[in-house]
Amino acid sequence: MKSTEYNYDIVRSFVNWSVLWGLVAVLVGVIVSFQMVDPRLNFPPYLTFGRLRPIHTNAGIYGWGVGVIFATFIYMVQRLCRTPLWSPKLARFQLWFFNATIIASAVTLLMGYTTSKEYHEMEWPIDVMVVILWVVFALNIIMTIIKRREEHMYISLWYMMASLVGVAILYLVNAAAVPVSLFKSYSAFAGTNDANVHWWFGHNAVAMALTAPPLAMFYYFLPKSTGVPIYSHRLSIIAFWSLLFMYLWTGAHHLLWTPVPDWIQTLAMGFSVMLIAPSWGSVINGYLSMNGQWHQMRENYLVKYLILGITFYGLQTIQGPMQAIRTFSAFIHYTDWVPAHIHMGTMGWVSMICFASIYYLVPRIYGKKLFSIPLANLQFWLILVGQLTWSFSLWIAGVLQAGMWTAMNPDGSLTYTFMETMVEMYPYWWIRSIGGLIYFVGVVVFIYNLVMTVRHGEIASTEAAAEGRA
Amino acid sequence: MWEKKPILLLLLATAAILVGTIITVVLPFAWVNTEADRIETVTPYTALQQEGRDIYIREGCNNCHTQTVRPLVAEVLRYGDYSKSGEFVYDRPFLWGSKRTGPDLARLGGKYPDAWHYKHMASPRAMVPKTNMPDYGWLSANQLDPTMIKRKMDVLGFPYTSDELYSLADKNEMDALVAYMQKLGSDIPWRNAAATTIVGNLKNPYADSDHSTLEEWEPLYEENCEACHGEHFEGDIGPELDGASMEDTELFEIIYNGVPDNGMPPFAGLGADKVWQVVTFVKYYNQGEDH
Ligand code: HEC
Ligand code: HEC
Ligand code: HEM
Ligand code: HEM
Repeated sequence: MKSTEYNYDIVRSFVNWSVLWGLVAVLVGVIVSFQMVDPRLNFPPYLTFGRLRPIHTNAGIYGWGVGVIFATFIYMVQRLCRTPLWSPKLARFQLWFFNATIIASAVTLLMGYTTSKEYHEMEWPIDVMVVILWVVFALNIIMTIIKRREEHMYISLWYMMASLVGVAILYLVNAAAVPVSLFKSYSAFAGTNDANVHWWFGHNAVAMALTAPPLAMFYYFLPKSTGVPIYSHRLSIIAFWSLLFMYLWTGAHHLLWTPVPDWIQTLAMGFSVMLIAPSWGSVINGYLSMNGQWHQMRENYLVKYLILGITFYGLQTIQGPMQAIRTFSAFIHYTDWVPAHIHMGTMGWVSMICFASIYYLVPRIYGKKLFSIPLANLQFWLILVGQLTWSFSLWIAGVLQAGMWTAMNPDGSLTYTFMETMVEMYPYWWIRSIGGLIYFVGVVVFIYNLVMTVRHGEIASTEAAAEGRA
Repeated sequence: MWEKKPILLLLLATAAILVGTIITVVLPFAWVNTEADRIETVTPYTALQQEGRDIYIREGCNNCHTQTVRPLVAEVLRYGDYSKSGEFVYDRPFLWGSKRTGPDLARLGGKYPDAWHYKHMASPRAMVPKTNMPDYGWLSANQLDPTMIKRKMDVLGFPYTSDELYSLADKNEMDALVAYMQKLGSDIPWRNAAATTIVGNLKNPYADSDHSTLEEWEPLYEENCEACHGEHFEGDIGPELDGASMEDTELFEIIYNGVPDNGMPPFAGLGADKVWQVVTFVKYYNQGEDH
């Protein structure tokens, strides 16, 4: 089959825009981290920490994460189904509507129009936009799958379809609200119910946006990069279905020790620990696929990104269940430990896989050889060092903070006042900011490399470009 | 088989997703926010308080502050009685938060006098030099909009009077925010229940300290008391302190338990030992030296 049949135009556009939103997300991340060490960097009313932090998180998850999901899904679905995209026109619409949604989100959040629910801050008109966007996207992917020319659906397609339904269900339920005006609504649920619904959403946003889609990418791009198939098909089946079944029970691990009924918390704790199995199912499958291929870690920068990404995923899915245990949660919940966990997942796992996917895609969709592999390697180290600095500083900070919050004198009183504990965080927050800066430089190198590839890269046939790896 | 049938796969995936969802998310509605966890004394927000809550949301205070006290010893000591489900029935959305860059605010109501909040919000660093909380003084410049607030109260179904709405016209956003903060966690009478009755004879272990020892304890006063009682005990939000005229035990009880209804916060959290040091500082520092 000739590859010219596939629609790569739209993949290009999604790659370009998601990279731009990724840059914005990381830049705002650096800004909010500096605001935490120096409050003079708050410029009211728009540029205060309280308003910028949600812009950082949403730009990261939806602009960057979901943008790359759009790009890679549209690419993978065509290749895996050996058929062109069902409707390129719809996909074009989706692109501009996606950008409009991201811009509208950023502007309204700056204005202070927010529901306050983490990762679902945008007010109801934007929820409507998101729903349209997702329906259009899902329809295109599913229709392409239905008219596929390859009967057997590969693992990546399962994860893609699961995330299509998953996001739809989560988003719709958690969006339920009564509008007061165009810019203000009140949640349909109150108090403890609202909390329970919201963290069911929150944790499964992690499952359906930050786990299933990167796994779909991993299962596709790893074999493509190494040239060796995934180790065990059976293991992927078991891991897939058990992951999908178990994730939904665990939302309340964000609400341990709160007024949410105990039995929900206990279920969440149990299922979180069980989740180690399906998560590691994929990790082990990835590692075993490298049997006899480990030398590629040295030779092939794509493999380096992918294997490090899955390693971060493995660490993330051990640390996560640990945090879901009541006694451990009592200690680290609300502390700086948690952002360290989050960023190992987002900066490590999700972004590593996204970088690899884009590095894989760009030569193929532009028909040009990558401008510089040494720069890609340099970026790898910047990202790695930046992320480890970020997370290690805050893991230490989190444990210290938790220790001080719970320290008691022999007479049963608290050892430290809140401020005594808070000032101890400053050095760690500084180190985190520096880690963030290093990471930011990595992202700039990445973008430079891509721009140079597109502008000045050696022209190659797509086949030849494909050989451009190391 | 499902590996070849996309529609079947989609249906199976939906089913897999729905099992956990129904059990842990839909089912709880049968228990939560029903008679089972109702608390009589919990009342809806007034128009002013609700508007304050909406400003709290707009400014994203929840990105630094949580609003749930967990039933853990250190936490109850630090913040107050643990949170109960019935206290949140009027909260749309919930504001429990996930990160404590600043302290928990679930039991804030009544901890400080209004004046403290106005001063602190305008410039947190004037009260707490090393805090990273942003300045919010600009809120005072924004008038409230009674028509919009009326619409909000109607949507929420909370009771209000037309006088109440009328009075909003000459209030600003800071007034609303402070009113909201004073309501937080005060619907159940936990403060009085929490005050420790001090039994037995209290004796100041530091009564005979000399002046240089007293100076070592000055930072305790500066960090905890100065914002309200002034640099030289001259008073500001709180009254002028004339330590010499008070008994050690009387001072201890006031500082340890506070005077919750009149805006003097309790300092039991410092521990009896440090409270005695503050007592000694307040009582003796001015004696024998001209300030
Ligand atoms: C960057 C994080 C940050 C943001 C945003 C923030 N705060 Fe704070 N807040 C703090 C810190 C740190 C403290 C502890 C030191 C102090 O009292 O300033 C604090 C303390 C407080 C206190 C005193 C609590 C006590 O028990 O002593 C109140 C009240 C408060 N904040 C209200 C607010 C409100 C209302 C907003 C939103 C308009 C807000 N804060 C936004 C960080 C923040
Ligand atoms: C938030 C402001 C605030 C802070 C902080 C504060 N106080 Fe007070 N204090 C008050 C107020 C208001 C009163 C008046 C209470 C009343 O009218 O009963 C008061 C009363 C007192 C009294 C009784 C005075 C009298 O003449 O009856 C003493 C003693 C006292 N405070 C000591 C302290 C000490 C010591 C600290 C620091 C550990 C402290 N206060 C911190 C606000 C504060
Ligand atoms: C240079 C890179 C980055 C920096 C400097 C950075 C910085 C920050 C900071 C300072 C916070 C606030 C933490 C707090 O409140 O204590 C934060 C939160 C967050 N960031 Fe980032 N970030 C970066 C990259 C990313 C990326 C790439 C993503 C997503 C793909 C992301 C997702 C999030 C999320 C989800 C939160 C919310 C944390 C929570 O709820 O506790 N970040 N980030
Ligand atoms: C088995 C898998 C996982 C489990 C059981 C798990 C568990 C947890 C728990 C218990 C928390 C709450 C911590 C606290 O506030 O005390 C948390 C927070 C979080 N985790 Fe994980 N985690 C897992 C995997 C992941 C992955 C792969 C990511 C990908 C990025 C991720 C991203 C996050 C985010 C963004 C939050 C912050 C939510 C907030 O705003 O508070 N997690 N996780």
